[in-house]
Amino acid sequence: MLIVQDLQKSYRSGGRELVVLRDVNFSIAPGEFVAVVGPSGSGKTTLLGLMAGLDRPSRGSVRLEDTDLAALSEDGRARLRRERIGFVFQAFQLIPTLTASENVRVPLELGGRDGAAERADELLARVGLAGRGHHYPAQLSGGEQQRVAVARAFVHSPGILFADEPTGNLDAATGGRIVELLTELNRELGTTLILVTHDPDLAAQAGRIIRLADGRVVSDEATGS
Amino acid sequence: MRGFRYLATLAWRESRFARRRLFLFLSSISLGVAALVATQSFAASMAAGVRDQARVLMGADLAMSSTRAFGPRARALLDSLGRAGNAVSRTTSFASMATLPRTGATRLAQVRAVEGGWPFYGAIETEPAGRWGELRRGRVLLADPALLVALGARVGDSVRIGEAAFRVAGTLRKVPGETGISTSFAPRVYIPAAALPATGLLGTGSRVEYEAHLRLADPAAAATVDRGYQQRLRPERVAVRTAEGQQRRLSDALGRLGRYLGLIGTFALLLGGIGVASAMGAYMAEKRDSIATLRCLGATAPQVLAIYLLQAAAMGVVGSLLGAGLGLAVQWVLPRLLEDFLPVDVAIRASPAAVLTGVGVGVWVATVFALLPLLAVRRISPLETLRRRVATEPEPAAPDAWGWGARALLAASVVLLVVLQAGEWRMGLQFAGGIAATLLGLGLAAWAAVHGVRRLRAGGLPYPVRQGISNLYRPGNQTRTVVLALGFGVFLLAVLYLVQDNLLRPLRVGSAESRASLVFFDVQEDQEAGVRRALEGGGIRVLQRAPIVPMRVAAINGVPVSRIAPPDDGEGAEEGGGDGGRGGPEGWAVRREYRSTYRDSVVGSEKLVEGRFWRAGEARRPGEPAPVSLEKGIAEDLRVGVGDRVTWDVQGVQVPTRVTSLREVDWARLEPNFFAVFPADALAGAPQTWVVMASAPDAAARARAQRDVVRAYPNVASVDLTEVQAALDDVLGRISLVIRFLAGFSIATGFVVLLGAVSVSRLQRIRESVLLRTLGATRGQIGSILLTEYALLGLLAGVVGTGLAVVGGWALGRFVFEMDSFAVPAGGLLGLMLGMALLATVTGWWGSREAFRRTPLEALRDE
Repeated sequence: MLIVQDLQKSYRSGGRELVVLRDVNFSIAPGEFVAVVGPSGSGKTTLLGLMAGLDRPSRGSVRLEDTDLAALSEDGRARLRRERIGFVFQAFQLIPTLTASENVRVPLELGGRDGAAERADELLARVGLAGRGHHYPAQLSGGEQQRVAVARAFVHSPGILFADEPTGNLDAATGGRIVELLTELNRELGTTLILVTHDPDLAAQAGRIIRLADGRVVSDEATGS
Repeated sequence: MRGFRYLATLAWRESRFARRRLFLFLSSISLGVAALVATQSFAASMAAGVRDQARVLMGADLAMSSTRAFGPRARALLDSLGRAGNAVSRTTSFASMATLPRTGATRLAQVRAVEGGWPFYGAIETEPAGRWGELRRGRVLLADPALLVALGARVGDSVRIGEAAFRVAGTLRKVPGETGISTSFAPRVYIPAAALPATGLLGTGSRVEYEAHLRLADPAAAATVDRGYQQRLRPERVAVRTAEGQQRRLSDALGRLGRYLGLIGTFALLLGGIGVASAMGAYMAEKRDSIATLRCLGATAPQVLAIYLLQAAAMGVVGSLLGAGLGLAVQWVLPRLLEDFLPVDVAIRASPAAVLTGVGVGVWVATVFALLPLLAVRRISPLETLRRRVATEPEPAAPDAWGWGARALLAASVVLLVVLQAGEWRMGLQFAGGIAATLLGLGLAAWAAVHGVRRLRAGGLPYPVRQGISNLYRPGNQTRTVVLALGFGVFLLAVLYLVQDNLLRPLRVGSAESRASLVFFDVQEDQEAGVRRALEGGGIRVLQRAPIVPMRVAAINGVPVSRIAPPDDGEGAEEGGGDGGRGGPEGWAVRREYRSTYRDSVVGSEKLVEGRFWRAGEARRPGEPAPVSLEKGIAEDLRVGVGDRVTWDVQGVQVPTRVTSLREVDWARLEPNFFAVFPADALAGAPQTWVVMASAPDAAARARAQRDVVRAYPNVASVDLTEVQAALDDVLGRISLVIRFLAGFSIATGFVVLLGAVSVSRLQRIRESVLLRTLGATRGQIGSILLTEYALLGLLAGVVGTGLAVVGGWALGRFVFEMDSFAVPAGGLLGLMLGMALLATVTGWWGSREAFRRTPLEALRDE
């Protein structure tokens, strides 16, 4: 599903080169549930961005289902994302001027696909928000907003889903329910799930943990979950 | 197509909650569209009016005119046309004093002696109605109401013109084809032609215009007559005009007027465009998060661009439609402002073409100006969903084809818009250049002003003031744009004010003894001494007297005028027309009548710039031509210089001269100034009249002086220069009123831009005030901060605008109006600046009232 090879990312800052990630190598099979952990500044958010095709590596490659992401243009990667990648963010990232249902539909409608409204309703029901489709994000609680985001992440049946600290802005109970939802859907639909977190309990629920420190992979182990 | 529909749907949804603000941004173009639609629709109405009333403009199918009595050819033509069944009517026009014998009050008037059926088309409206016919029946006159007011006369009174008395039969309400403005300087009086001999006027030297109006049995024949007789009548100095030609000239002139007025509207529109660009930039900054999310979810850059471009275009349509509606309403006001300048009645109609053009232009401007800030969305990376700002990687400074393309499109659109509005390439490009220079200057000045404020070491000032100052350059501020937009409005007003003031300044006729306030002309040679005595006897100081000898150019350097004067277009042989072509002398300069004088010294209003002026009584060798001193400009037009020979035809006598000097004349000084000055002995014995300039201490003395002179010498005309000045004031005032009215659209646009800017920073402002109030600031302190911020904005705009207006006004004065000096009325400009500061403060305050109303808790909860 996802192959990361000799990945390196550096930035220029104040005339010096800052290496944020170096020598990252791993591959992820379809359907796996992987947690990427590390302390603040370890490069995990940068790694997430590279894996999801949101950014280009300085060296190395990321292949998603045989497509070299770096070879695509910015717009090419955008099209790829709307077809094959789902996202859940720490800050929910719902568009405030769209209703819950309209937010969920975005990936389908951007791709010009039919039946978006019905599919959105289906997924909203699946995440426990049936009948709330016409509410705006401002009218939903944090947990409800994240559930809408989860529905949006799955609406286009992506092969892979990236979650960046999905429980970071939620209380423990709500966060737990979100993770439950994600893992359920991961099992049901066979979507590969990559979760970036600094919460070890959350990470423990994944089948495999890739640990980063100072921009390098320091361990990559199955958890037995 | 489905994809486009979704983008449109998304554009609609995405604009929720922001529609009121978006609308505010784009209503900054509404006013510009309104001005455009108003002027263009009005211009269309004017054009229709001219077309419909073409024949009425002249009151005839054909007119012939000359400043001398019709010669044999002209008379023969008129006779034959009359015998062929065409109606002929004659008018003789000249200036003369009208006097009310009852009180002795007297006033200069344009006298027209009419015989025959003119006007053949249209009618002259009188008050009481229907009095025009009385001209045929007795010794009556019809006059402009202004004359009766000036004389203190009433309908039924007896008024004297020359030596004849006339009963006032009524006043003129409307004379077709004439503008109200022209009567400001000399009111009209119509008398029957049969009474002309009784007046005893029309002696030598008077300026008389002889006209014949014709109604042709076959109106289409007008063109034939015109073409056939132009050439034949030219030697007799008779001009032939057709109703069609008149209509064409008028259409051209009114068309130009419409276009100039439209240009002012275009300024407002461009200003609005700048407001749109700035507001769009701020709006995009707010949408950053949503855009990053969309990108992350798979929207391509073109898709994102399309969404927001659609929003801008849609709002542009709404804003333009509203502007068009406003414009159609406003055009009802224009006739009222312009009615004194228009020779036709204008029936206001809505012009669909004007509306379509206005809306189209408005949408285009909104879209093109929004494009540049919109293009910035391409740089919003989806990575921003993961963190607020992507670190350290600098924005690529590489030349961006799209960015340059958008800028080029913008520049081309502006130029095209201005050129199309101006109606011709050269003028349009000049205007576009002028606009660019103005906006550039304003932009630089605004930048400098803001920069200057930033550097203000305001340490000693109280906190609210310091905070207000620093608010001006908070992130995402639109200070520069607001200062530019408001500053432009101030600039327009200030330039108008400065130019008007400086144009009128040299013409100010005060009661100062050194400045003449009375002019007497058409004084015959044998009357001159008597007039002087009469004035001095009444305690009036005679300041200047000059003899006037009418003459024409007969030959230049031995070449007769008939060979020099290039062919003209026939229409207007006496007026302008015909150019210098082929490097030869200007036709009009060669053909015109010159009213020259003789003296032996240079006077105060002129300066010798080349050659040598003669001394009194300087001897000449026998056979040597007399010297002549020419005004610099006319010498250029005649293509002669010092050393050239000019032969003059002085009432049939050839007078050879040689140009020995050139003078620069200050025409603005209301004194007798002459193109050609001769030595006394050269014009000895030539038929001449005199002009006498005098100074009277007050209005009563002036009235008395005029009364006394005219009573003794009825042929002498006199002008009270203070009235001339008042008329000029009036005319200039009305012209500038029209311009100011349209400039008002620009000013209003500036305020809309200000409101837009206030609205953009609304959220920030609320957060700040909440924070401050949580920290313990009182509402009064919050108020002081706002007050400082907006007052400073207004002051900056005022300073920038007036500063540039002084430069612009000086440039206009120097290069366009050729003024020698330029004064800056500081009081007026200061008032303008302070007024702007006040208005900006009030506007900004009103727009920010939310920051006051909510309690901190309310606002926080809403966030």
